[in-house]
Amino acid sequence: MFSYRKFTAAVLALSSLSVFAQGSKIEGVGRTATANEVAAWDIDVRPDFKGLPKGAGSVAMGEKVWEAQCSSCHGSFGENNTVFSALVGYTTKKDVETGRVASLMPEAATPTRTTMMKVSQLSTLWDYINRAMPWTAPKSLKPDEVYAVTAYLLNIANVVPDNFTLSDKNMAETQNKLPNRNGMMTKHAMWPGKEFGGIAKPDTQGSSCMANCVTDAKVASLLPEHARNAHGNLAEQTRGFGPSVGADTTKPAANSSAEVKKAVATPAPVTKTAEKSSEATGSLKSADVSGILSKNACSACHGIDNKIVGPSFKEIVAKQGNKPDAVAYLTGKIKSGGSGVYGSMPMPAQSLSDADAKKVALWISQGAVK
Amino acid sequence: MRNNRFIQAAPEGFLGSEQIKSVYAGRRGFMAGAFAAAMAGATAARAQSSKDDPNIVNLPAHTKGLGQGVAARGYGVPSIYEKNLQRRESPGLTAVSASGVSFAPLQGLFGIVTPSGLHFERHHQGWWDIEPDKHRLMVNGSDEKMLKKPMVFTMDDLMRLPSVSRFHFIECGANTGMEWGNAAVPTVQYTHGMVSCSEFTGVPLRLLLEMCGADFKRGKFVLAEGADGSSMTRTIPMSLIMNDEVLVAYGMNGEMLRPENGYPLRLVVPGVQGVSWVKYLRRIELGDEAYGTKDETIHYIDLLPSGMHRQYSSTQEVKSVITTPSGGQVLLDKGFLNVTGLAWSGRGKIKKVDISVDGGRNWKAARLEGQVMSKCLTRFNMDWSWDGKPALLMSRATDERGHVQPTYAENRKVRGTRSIYHNNSIQTWLLQESGEVKNVQLS
Repeated sequence: MFSYRKFTAAVLALSSLSVFAQGSKIEGVGRTATANEVAAWDIDVRPDFKGLPKGAGSVAMGEKVWEAQCSSCHGSFGENNTVFSALVGYTTKKDVETGRVASLMPEAATPTRTTMMKVSQLSTLWDYINRAMPWTAPKSLKPDEVYAVTAYLLNIANVVPDNFTLSDKNMAETQNKLPNRNGMMTKHAMWPGKEFGGIAKPDTQGSSCMANCVTDAKVASLLPEHARNAHGNLAEQTRGFGPSVGADTTKPAANSSAEVKKAVATPAPVTKTAEKSSEATGSLKSADVSGILSKNACSACHGIDNKIVGPSFKEIVAKQGNKPDAVAYLTGKIKSGGSGVYGSMPMPAQSLSDADAKKVALWISQGAVK
Repeated sequence: MRNNRFIQAAPEGFLGSEQIKSVYAGRRGFMAGAFAAAMAGATAARAQSSKDDPNIVNLPAHTKGLGQGVAARGYGVPSIYEKNLQRRESPGLTAVSASGVSFAPLQGLFGIVTPSGLHFERHHQGWWDIEPDKHRLMVNGSDEKMLKKPMVFTMDDLMRLPSVSRFHFIECGANTGMEWGNAAVPTVQYTHGMVSCSEFTGVPLRLLLEMCGADFKRGKFVLAEGADGSSMTRTIPMSLIMNDEVLVAYGMNGEMLRPENGYPLRLVVPGVQGVSWVKYLRRIELGDEAYGTKDETIHYIDLLPSGMHRQYSSTQEVKSVITTPSGGQVLLDKGFLNVTGLAWSGRGKIKKVDISVDGGRNWKAARLEGQVMSKCLTRFNMDWSWDGKPALLMSRATDERGHVQPTYAENRKVRGTRSIYHNNSIQTWLLQESGEVKNVQLS
């Protein structure tokens, strides 16, 4: 139906074409899409479920599709993280009630972030499985199979019961059970526009100070020694001539701890931080760090003398304790995690405070004394 | 000193692959063998400046022979001596390369343009070389009234339309993401190599929407969708479309897009993270609501210390990095050195870049080189004389909106360490007495 308001808008819009087409209307370029063409490609499903086709699929049906087409990458229960990040894990019944995933809090120190911990829209799961899965044969699932696989995913995450059937009729209702449905915010300065109620001012701002700036120029984190050659020989990754060449990282580097100190020979005025007071000095015993070790579940994987999942603290002492940059290195490793130094089992990044990480690192560097 | 390094294995004829290998091996051995020896060599070369350089007095083959003819290589490739500069993966970052990242070797690049063959890659479900004759772009609406008519464009159609060419950077939202927790990777290729910069040629998206008779009163969001297996989708900011900044692009650095970068058609969304620059672009939808795509509700969301995620965080904020000297490099000598690097901001032009060599106590303004363009890499340089003592080198950019690049401490205070995305913190390189540069972070 003809709408004068829309007509006016269209004319106004067309008038701005002048920049590109010198006011002339562009004719004979492109053509109208047919209804079948639009139907073939317009597959997106929005958070309000617009675009969702009719259909239904049960958890039981989903399990069959899953075992045949999804489990080889994602594991039978969506737990596998060797090919892609794990899909399921670390969400609770409580999260289903609140719509906020508690394991995302820093103090939870969750070793990984699964899809189910993060996803806030059920439409996204349906849309993505439909458009891009299975990974090597995308767009091969029928709508009912997509409903079924989505239902199975929700079931292994304990969001819906075993006898559940997901359909276009109950998607909206099921959305209200997603564990992290209330976990998103858009009030920030990183969306160019006002559509999401964002703000103009960035959340961080550096200093413009040019001279004698107040800075605590201590090296808090050095590239760990083992990481120097972890990307291959750097001499082969840089041009062989010019102002510099690549370091031959197949050979050990000069020890750098002395240089670090010299680089900041004249310490600038230091801003006192809250952490400063709790910073560890002197020689430490296990009693000094046992609180940190248990609070952050370090002891679950590391014994002082015995290997559990990860190496014992004594084993770490043997490998790292004598290195001059041991404290900085270990602090970094505790904070960022890693794998490959003592075996393939990865240690996740830990979210304890810098001061606590440093205290544990210091204790290890001194020999992990009981 | 450089002469010394070229004395060995000076070839009499064209270099065979074995000879090249030996040149490289010899040079590597030389460089690695002992830096002290290199320094001594340099001194010796200067002291004995009366000694003739065989590279000058013994005329080389290329001066005394006949070179190769035109069109020996129909599409030119870099010199055989440039093979070290490759885009590379970071081991262990992803398990499958079809859903992986390769990083651009920023340490070896000049100016602001990234050679197309070295442009960083991020694929979600593998890359394709799509036949342009069969590629189509569809523009439709989220309902039947959003456009007067949904349209289909062929490449022929799109390339007939009025085009624009603009230089812009593209940066992955996760660039420098491995460094949120601590210094983790050795070189600028891996810390910052998910940024590249090209001249893009294409059609402003607004023009196509207008040709379809778009209802811009109701249409508040645009969905972009790819033609590959992942059919990547992202919600595109309307403000950038209405400013004529968003392009449906086919050209890159004077040629067509490379397959790894979306041949034959991709979206260009200046200032916004790379995931929104949808490759193999097949469809544009104008709608009245945001789309909540996989990369808006599961990935490319920034985890805050509060346990909340920032969603639709798109703008790549003011950032810079020194590329020489940078991590993993070894300086060959004391004395004069041009410190150089790159700065960029998703909010406009770079206004200023400051450089510190003492860990941030004192700063000096760097020279901005050449044209400074909006949402584009800007090259900066600074004269410096290295005294051979350890130094902590940092660069700090300010954009035209007055946003100053923050330190790690300033960023972590607000964003914590688990965000993965949007790490624009000031990078610090420790130049050690040995001449080797190391990636470090200051407290």
